[in-house]
Amino acid sequence: MGELKLMKGNEAIAEAAIREGVDAYFGYPITPQSEVIEYLMMERPEERTGMAVLQAESELAAINMVYGAASVGKKVFSSSSSPGMSLYQEGISYLAGAELPCVLANIVRGGPGLGTIQPSQADYFQSVKGGGHGDYKLLTLAPASVQEMADFIELGFEIAFKYRNPVMILSDGMIGQMMEKVELKDQKPRWTAEEIKELNGTWAAIGKPEHRERNIITSLDLDSAKQEKHNHHLQSKYRQMEEEEVRYELFDTEDAEYLIVAYGSSARIAQKTIFLARQKGIKVGLLRPITLYPFPKKPLAELARQMKGILSVEMSAGQMIEDIKLSVGCDIKVEHFGRYGGIIHSPDEVLEALEQKIIGG
Amino acid sequence: MAKVQGAIVVDVERCKGCEVCIPACPTDVIELAKEVNGKGYHYLYMANPDACIGCANCAIVCPDGVITVYKVKKIVKI
Amino acid sequence: MDIKDIVKEENLVYTKTKLMTDNILSYCPGCGHGTAHRIIMEVVDELGMQEDTIGVAPVGCSVLAYEFMNIDMIQAAHGRAPAVATGVKRTMPEKFVFTYQGDGDLAAIGTAETIHACNRGENITIFFINNGIYGMTGGQMAPTTLPGMRTSTSPYGRDLPSMGNPLKITELIAQLPGTYFVTRHAVHTPAAVRKAKRAIRKAIELQKENKGVTFVEIVSNCNSGWKMAPVKSNEWMVENMFPYYPMGDIKVDGELVEKK
Ligand SMILES: Cc1ncc(C[n+]2csc(CCOP(=O)(O)OP(=O)(O)O)c2C)c(N)n1
Ligand code: SF4
Ligand code: SF4
Ligand code: SF4
Repeated sequence: MGELKLMKGNEAIAEAAIREGVDAYFGYPITPQSEVIEYLMMERPEERTGMAVLQAESELAAINMVYGAASVGKKVFSSSSSPGMSLYQEGISYLAGAELPCVLANIVRGGPGLGTIQPSQADYFQSVKGGGHGDYKLLTLAPASVQEMADFIELGFEIAFKYRNPVMILSDGMIGQMMEKVELKDQKPRWTAEEIKELNGTWAAIGKPEHRERNIITSLDLDSAKQEKHNHHLQSKYRQMEEEEVRYELFDTEDAEYLIVAYGSSARIAQKTIFLARQKGIKVGLLRPITLYPFPKKPLAELARQMKGILSVEMSAGQMIEDIKLSVGCDIKVEHFGRYGGIIHSPDEVLEALEQKIIGG
Repeated sequence: MAKVQGAIVVDVERCKGCEVCIPACPTDVIELAKEVNGKGYHYLYMANPDACIGCANCAIVCPDGVITVYKVKKIVKI
Repeated sequence: MDIKDIVKEENLVYTKTKLMTDNILSYCPGCGHGTAHRIIMEVVDELGMQEDTIGVAPVGCSVLAYEFMNIDMIQAAHGRAPAVATGVKRTMPEKFVFTYQGDGDLAAIGTAETIHACNRGENITIFFINNGIYGMTGGQMAPTTLPGMRTSTSPYGRDLPSMGNPLKITELIAQLPGTYFVTRHAVHTPAAVRKAKRAIRKAIELQKENKGVTFVEIVSNCNSGWKMAPVKSNEWMVENMFPYYPMGDIKVDGELVEKK
């Protein structure tokens, strides 16, 4: 068993990054995730593992530093929160276009605009539908605990390098700020130059020896036919992700007549709702998507057959509900409930919404 | 007396006929040809080859790197 | 003497470096970008540093630099090259890392990235091609456009009260403690090319000493944007650009050069 600690989500993700053997972190302070870079600075990771940590002059710079380190085949991590993540979008589009791996975390706060520093899940569309320009997808992981904040670093890098695509950990201010018990993995060594050459030497811009072709990192192709071909290639990676990377968790669904779909903090709250509902004799279960993209369409569609109705619970005005509807078709009632703008719904509110919008409605 | 004799070779198809090299030549060796290359550019050639001293000035300022320069020392007997 | 007797391997004095590919340059005839590319690659070649070099070229006419420079390269978003180079250098400090940026890129959209990379004293080399205009997008006004100069977005000439003043970004970054060697050159004559090449060599060699940013500005022509024949554009550059952007060292060994 790994080391047990009581930590904030933001600290756990930072500590996990050090232990993962990450080569660099670039970021810019923003609430509610500044603890990530604060923790890293405090830990002197350059002494612990040789990891580079740098506070950039802006999120524009931070994401492009990520782009630079990713271009040379390094493991690079960055985090921000909603307004900062908006500034990341240009860079994320370039990362996806140039097929660069990295892990990013968005500790979402309420918006739009400067919004609020309180938790929210309103950046769902931004993460899973694009966010930046062009046809691309971010593999999006939604942690529902401090443990998953830590665990998704390792998983994230595994997926990011498997597909050479950025991975987004879509968390929120509640999980970033709350303290829980977390089991930390043992320290992994950082990749050596030799290992990077072996693992990423076919594409990373690590310096051209005389007798190998140039490794060029670019998303540009002025020849539209070639650009379309490149896009076909990107799309085929996304189809493969949809086949191989769907992750989700079921809770009390065996006998359920009603289903709540919720991720991250909302899923934690929904578990309590289910407990309360079952005390009243309402048979309700939970599907918690762990990957938001690729969305667990098939398991949801199958599960929907036994349900009388589905409630999508999100701390937003209703974003994931669109993916739910696309998964289950028109024969089943699907409604949304969620507080937003920084307000966290209570289990009772969710139960009330279930009774009114789904059972009674 | 020893005199240097130079010569240049122009990669005709890569020359863009920009003339930037022409004022750089100290001995007025080079000019643009009346003919054009495959891209439609009048290309550079040695109009006055005997005057070339192989100084490489033309090659050094050529943005497209199309000039290769050679030079020999020849003995001239008067 | 017959040309055939001169054109022999043993008589070779100058040929294009192998660190430039055989791809035909996408630049307009007579554009200084090509010469700047070539002399940078010549120095990398002469120093035997092909495998140690990683280049970053952002958006601008030189966005395709990776087609021409025979090294591993990274294409960056418009203005972001100094940040990208920071990400590379911080994780591969043993490599020679450079950016190659236009004036719109470096002094407009990328001003923050430029100033902060310079202020942090990143151990990178910045090659800055100042042609006083946005070449790639068709000749719009750049921050470096001269007073009164006509461009497609200042069709009646740059009007200082409404359009702002030309930005001497090189003088500005030379003030920062993070820059170590800052110099300005041109590539329009053989003598200028030779001088510029020496400066490039110095900038590259100094990077090994980890003393901060080395910065080589090359004042260049954009004959297409300026709407002039190449030779004429070089003359115009000497007459108009050089007085505003004077040639020579601005900062050497971390000390500002006193101007007489
Ligand atoms: C975010 C963004 N904005 C605008 C552009 C369009 N654009 C491409 S190059 C360029 C200006 C380039 O000028 P400069 O940096 O001076 O380089 P030059 O082409 O003159 O060599 C602009 C505005 C872009 N590619 N990306
Ligand atoms: S400078 Fe080069 S491209 Fe231009 S005319 Fe001379 S040889 Fe041709
Ligand atoms: S090598 Fe010198 S002399 Fe010969 S053509 Fe070129 S510039 Fe003229
Ligand atoms: S547009 Fe200007 S800068 Fe761009 S290649 Fe043409 S001459 Fe050079």
